[in-house]
Amino acid sequence: MNLQEIVNRLSLEVKTPGLDLTREVTGGYVSDLLSDVMGNSSGGNIWITLQIHLNIVAVASLKGLAGIILVNNRRPDEDTLKRAVAENIPVMTSALPTFELVGRLYALGLRCR
Amino acid sequence: MINAEEGVFFLTGKDFTNAGAASSSLKGVLEKRGVPQDIIRRTAIAAFEAEMNVIIYAVAGMMKYRISNTEISVTIQDMGQGIPNIDLAMTEGYSTAPDYIREMGFGSGMGLPNIKKSTDHFVINSMVGEGTTLEFTIRLANGDKERA
Repeated sequence: MNLQEIVNRLSLEVKTPGLDLTREVTGGYVSDLLSDVMGNSSGGNIWITLQIHLNIVAVASLKGLAGIILVNNRRPDEDTLKRAVAENIPVMTSALPTFELVGRLYALGLRCR
Repeated sequence: MINAEEGVFFLTGKDFTNAGAASSSLKGVLEKRGVPQDIIRRTAIAAFEAEMNVIIYAVAGMMKYRISNTEISVTIQDMGQGIPNIDLAMTEGYSTAPDYIREMGFGSGMGLPNIKKSTDHFVINSMVGEGTTLEFTIRLANGDKERA
């Protein structure tokens, strides 16, 4: 499944205009601890978090993640979005809380892998 | 056969704006050299954790790297508070990070264990009140650690 399909199916709001969303999403990882994501996510995963500061972009970029979804309508910092565009990391937001969002991603077939 | 190459990045304590930049640059160097993806990922994990420790805990530091045909070795040296008990610091979940650092999702006590897991060789030396030096090596010859 690619990122654009996930955006469409879950009505995510894309906050980083102009980035390619056709990238394949290999699975998902949920954590608000950056070292947990560094250590345990896999390349190509979509990352679900409530962290909005710009260091999340470095983590996603270093791990080669497919993108970041911010839950609960959390608004990313301006700096975060600028950095995300520069580093080619799509950032999306959802009005759903983490539990609901992850449940829907799972129902779409995404797994932790 | 490609020649060995080396370089250095400077790190500034509390500079969260540029946190991760050194690790990203190192990753770029490895990509340019055509290093296998899993080795790049492992190096990126270890470098980022070490870099963040300098940003969070030290006044300043540097990350030096050397890439040969057989291994990547990285040394991160800082001027900082030092670590009184390295065994304790290596314990997963142990952290001395202040609350505002934890709220950012850092300081979960997983950094040093992540470095150990991602590397083939890892040593840490520290002097309280002076600073910490951390060295790790990742072998290029065979990617026998599965964790990416």
